[in-house]
Amino acid sequence: MTRWIAFWNILRKDMKTYYLKPPNISWGLIFPFAWMLMFYIRSKTAFDIRELLPGVVSMSILFGTTSMLAVTITFERRSRSFERLLLAPIENNLLMLAKTGGAILFGVLNAFVPIGVAAFLADLSGTNWTAVIASILLIAATSTFLGLFISVAVHEVFEAQTFSNFFRFPMLFLCGLFIPIGRLPFFLRPLSYILPLTYGADILKTAINREGTLPLWMSFPLLLIFAVGLFLYSLRNIKRKWVL
Amino acid sequence: MELLRADNVVKRFDAVTAVDGVSFSVNQGEIFGFLGPNGAGKTTTINLLTGLARLTSGSLYLEGEEYSTRLKRAQAVMGVVPDESNLYEELDGFQNLTFCASLYGIDRRRREQRAKELLEQFGLAQVGKRFFKSYSRGMKRKLTIAAGIIHEPKILFLDEPTTGIDVMSARQIRTLILELNRRGTTIFLTTHYIEEAERLCHRIAFIVAGKIIRIGSLEELMQEYQRDTVLQMAVEETGPELLLSLRQQFPRYSIRRTDERSIRVVSGGSITLLPLLDFLTGRGVAVTEARLIRPTLEEVFVRVTGIESELMMQEREGKKK
Repeated sequence: MTRWIAFWNILRKDMKTYYLKPPNISWGLIFPFAWMLMFYIRSKTAFDIRELLPGVVSMSILFGTTSMLAVTITFERRSRSFERLLLAPIENNLLMLAKTGGAILFGVLNAFVPIGVAAFLADLSGTNWTAVIASILLIAATSTFLGLFISVAVHEVFEAQTFSNFFRFPMLFLCGLFIPIGRLPFFLRPLSYILPLTYGADILKTAINREGTLPLWMSFPLLLIFAVGLFLYSLRNIKRKWVL
Repeated sequence: MELLRADNVVKRFDAVTAVDGVSFSVNQGEIFGFLGPNGAGKTTTINLLTGLARLTSGSLYLEGEEYSTRLKRAQAVMGVVPDESNLYEELDGFQNLTFCASLYGIDRRRREQRAKELLEQFGLAQVGKRFFKSYSRGMKRKLTIAAGIIHEPKILFLDEPTTGIDVMSARQIRTLILELNRRGTTIFLTTHYIEEAERLCHRIAFIVAGKIIRIGSLEELMQEYQRDTVLQMAVEETGPELLLSLRQQFPRYSIRRTDERSIRVVSGGSITLLPLLDFLTGRGVAVTEARLIRPTLEEVFVRVTGIESELMMQEREGKKK
């Protein structure tokens, strides 16, 4: 019970003080809305919106979570308020789950903005919603844990931002969202398959448009392995680097 | 009764040994002082004791139980106030306290009640709804101490609690420390203010370059130097040249400047006043007062460590700026 009181309050404080702030809401929620609108104006047809939805959803989650978590944790470490959490009688894994929980929720919220907009503008019937929701959760978790991985590697807030982009932009172009993996230069293709977003985006493509190239039974476990792997690796680094 | 014990604790950062075989114990209900200059290993020792740093070797005991491998259980009964206030700038005073209480699993009703009590006790009730970032340094430090005791710890670690704050706040904090101790909280205090350690602590350890070089109660530490004669002189000038010439002229005495207008002369035997006065007046330095005083902890510290207390303070204040 003691641990869960701490867990819930860390999550609640982060949501209130970091994620649900006007600048972040505008970045996290208006940004995907603007992307949708931009593509809609360009395409002018409902069919294209459905085509673009997996990409915009993936981008909204990726941009809403990765740098946000990396920046908030780096900021707390710089101001030393993170020490308070390390000094509390709550295990590091639960502590980091609480810290990342807020970002995951924020990522999920972000994902539903383009979906909500698309529901008004296009016919989304035939979508496998179970797969969509499960993949959104997993993409949000993986992107957040990527942010955690980044926050352990940097010392300054600006480094967290820069380092996030170093991962995010190549990921967007290599994950098959805009350029199918089969059309990428052959030497870049192996890179695509080591990116978690490749599997997340492919699930979304399958669930929304039945256009994915990988079977769901393969993408889901792989995405889960990426999420767990990144979390455990970050935890190990936290123990090694933050408790000197 | 022994509450905390450090046994041959060593901490190395690559080639640097920050804490070098430190052993001591803290008894239940006492204020234990850790006194030393910058870089002596005070904060590293606190970090080791509280779990913010890992031991290179050695053992730590809380209530007789080794706790370095069961850290989280020990942390539940520890309160930590770092040398710089580390609460959340974007929360108000009340929210900061209730959040800190929640980290120790305290239920909502109790943590709100406790936060109100502490804001009252620390004289911060009027500013409880103000953001932490708008607090003065003294207020920040007080709230940080309040956050450190919100869960009623058995032992409170205070790292330089009065450094860098105004005189009035420092005095209030010292009174609060004594009050907390009177109510039963054991306190581990690091400071570079000798006078503060002398006034607050039941037992004191001198730490220099990662090693404890003397440990004991105030009486025990002073005993060795009780027979010293200490002469305090109020003078018009205390420049380095004057001190140097005084030391050359009177090598039998330990002579140092205590502030801009006073010099302290310490001797293991007696002090002959007239030659000193003659020497000073001969150099055109007026002596307005000369009196024998009881040796202080400062004398003991300087004698034991060879470090001038004033230098230690200047270093620290310089670092803060």
